[in-house]
Amino acid sequence: MSESAVAHGAHGQHAKPSFISHYIFSLDHKMIGRQFLFVGLLMLMIGGILAMLVRWQLAWPESPVPGLGFISEPYIYPGPNGGGIIPPQTYNALFTMHATIMIFFVVMPIMVGTFGNFLIPLMIGAGDMAFPKLNMLSFWVGAISGVVMLSSFFVPGGPAAGGWTGYATLSAKAQYTGVEWGQHLWIIALMLNGVSSLMGAINYITTVVNMRAPGMGYFRMPLTVWSLFITAILLLLALPVLTAALAMLLFDRMAGTSFFLPEGGGEPLLWQHMFWFFGHPEVYILVLPAMGITSDLLSTFSRKPIFGYHAMAFSMIAIAGLSWIVWGHHMFISGMNPLLGTAFMMTTMVIAVPSAIKVFNWLGTLWGGSIRLTVPMLFALGFVSNFLIGGLSGIFMASTPVDIFIHDTYFIVAHFHYVVAGIIFALFAAVYYWFPKMFYRNMNQTLGKVHFVLTYIFFNGAFFPMHFLGVGGHMRRIYNPLQYEFITPMHDWNIFITWSALILGASQLFFLGNFFWSLFAGKKAEQNPWQANTLEWSAPTPAPHGNFLTTPTVYRGPYEYSSPEVTEDWLPQDKDIGASTAAKAH
Amino acid sequence: MSDAVAVHGAVEPAETPLTPESWGKLGMWLFLAGDAMSFGGLIVAYGALRYHAKSWPVPAEVLGINLTALMTFLLILSSVTMVLGLAALQDGDKPRFKKFMGLTILGGAIFLGLQAYEWTHLIGHTLPHYKLAFSTDLFATTFFVLTGFHGMHVSGGVIYNACVLAAVNRGRYQAKHVEIAGLYWHFVDLVWILIFTFVYLL
Repeated sequence: MSESAVAHGAHGQHAKPSFISHYIFSLDHKMIGRQFLFVGLLMLMIGGILAMLVRWQLAWPESPVPGLGFISEPYIYPGPNGGGIIPPQTYNALFTMHATIMIFFVVMPIMVGTFGNFLIPLMIGAGDMAFPKLNMLSFWVGAISGVVMLSSFFVPGGPAAGGWTGYATLSAKAQYTGVEWGQHLWIIALMLNGVSSLMGAINYITTVVNMRAPGMGYFRMPLTVWSLFITAILLLLALPVLTAALAMLLFDRMAGTSFFLPEGGGEPLLWQHMFWFFGHPEVYILVLPAMGITSDLLSTFSRKPIFGYHAMAFSMIAIAGLSWIVWGHHMFISGMNPLLGTAFMMTTMVIAVPSAIKVFNWLGTLWGGSIRLTVPMLFALGFVSNFLIGGLSGIFMASTPVDIFIHDTYFIVAHFHYVVAGIIFALFAAVYYWFPKMFYRNMNQTLGKVHFVLTYIFFNGAFFPMHFLGVGGHMRRIYNPLQYEFITPMHDWNIFITWSALILGASQLFFLGNFFWSLFAGKKAEQNPWQANTLEWSAPTPAPHGNFLTTPTVYRGPYEYSSPEVTEDWLPQDKDIGASTAAKAH
Repeated sequence: MSDAVAVHGAVEPAETPLTPESWGKLGMWLFLAGDAMSFGGLIVAYGALRYHAKSWPVPAEVLGINLTALMTFLLILSSVTMVLGLAALQDGDKPRFKKFMGLTILGGAIFLGLQAYEWTHLIGHTLPHYKLAFSTDLFATTFFVLTGFHGMHVSGGVIYNACVLAAVNRGRYQAKHVEIAGLYWHFVDLVWILIFTFVYLL
């Protein structure tokens, strides 16, 4: 298959793209996806280092961190041998920025930005996104928002330190946290991020609704596309509410208004309601793509159709629908009306039903399959295992009486890391899986397996003991746990967690090394290295601008593995094997 | 090819597109859904703050209704001219389209002018008289944030409509593009009716 033929056929009038139009201001969804990936990986490193510093302080409070002495007072106090001691103010900034970066600048750009952009057109058989220029704008507004967020590290007073939830009144007046411009920039960056996400969401939905290839009915779409489609709808409707709340917060801080300040007649709880009205759908914005990708990978590497395809799609729709009426479960101890709390408790627990449908269907997919334990498969299994633990601990917190006991303890920290940091497993699975399509080379599988084993062990080492700490009463966001006598008997767990976290961080070097080495020197990839069915593997590698040699026609769903109708154990969606199959597909 | 897709819609064969005539139409509907959520957020916040407030001025007394009623009428009229302009272009009557689109733009511009006059008057005379100010009183804060956010949308709409008029004039845009601009303009009109009701009348 000659790729140049199609490139010229599709847009013969275009000259060879220059470096800038190819790599910087690209309109090609695949290049924009790669751009999001590189930005996200850079931010992952920054967010990870911030987490290591938080953990250092919790295990060895106020002892000098090696090599941190180069930062001046009052942000870091000098220690012996070039070390630096983290003061309370900086500690607050560290956990605030760790969470903000990981959620808005790692998981969203990679899971939604990278894989949404790269996969949606390829998987539905389209030439590009519906609005390529809007797509480019979305990336660049997102990149600027990242720059604004990072620049807040360098302004006087340091970055935002009021927690990633930015609760008013803490965030609404500079004197409460001592952070003036850091918090301003945090707000502005998140508003820009919201605009970027809105543009992305419009693009994704329009593309999926309008541009599916002939034969690609909604219920022939891979679950990855389903998940990204639903995610885009949540993004579209949730982000503007956050942007509105952020605008009000900015007015409170910069124009002296009192939306969230009680002394001026404002309502601090209003911020919490608006933030979590956005924030809970946001949780599913983060996790749904991971679920979709995992579903595709489990089916591909079990060489079996996904168990309960329709149930998988409808359970994602159910999760997305329920996500709008559960936000109050973040606010059980906020002074909200207890009757309202009971309603939120019940709606929250209902989410366990579609979530359990997904987990059981994943197990059903694995059952009796010819499982291939490739690196992407291992990471997908890791995601399932983490999501199971995180999902179950979520039910503890959904129950108001239990939540009152464990609210704002390390139990919740354990819970959301099992879910949100667990998404990183799906993220790695997706990078290892689609790397051959994105960069035309294979990643090293042995290094990948080492990376998986270390990541899996030390991820659980870092986050599982946090459950014990939380039940023991260890509050989150405290600067020095040794100041609390009732926590000190559990301090060995804090040290264990920190060692696990440090090794977990160091293990990622296996990924980074593998990624960049494979980028330039990996083995050249075949067109369909995993013998998968979905359309992206029918496009040539490297796929040209415009993706397909001819618009594919889709004859069947994406999960026809081990079909008796063909000798191979896979049957691509666009493979024409005669009229009988076309008629009998869903 | 990417540009071709954006402008001409379904140049490739596709399975059941919702808006086969142009992708932009669905894109605009989606944008409006998102934008409705941001207006919704602000309006709900306004309602919550007002509900919990110890005292709240009677809006009609402070703000006055007559001028705003005229502004509302103007904005509704500009939506009517937008519809007439689109109908004219769909019939291929370009001069008639230009006349009505010009009136739409004019309506939006007069609305903005009146709003500027209203704001100046409020800031200069009325609000000091009632001892209210943007930064010290939530009545004034929510008023300026809501009407200001809407005013930004009208300003954007006037510029957008002017660009559409110019593009039709040069033959780059057709009726379907005007229809998309119309969606936006009617949305801005609809939101104003809600704001007029909640902020001025209730």
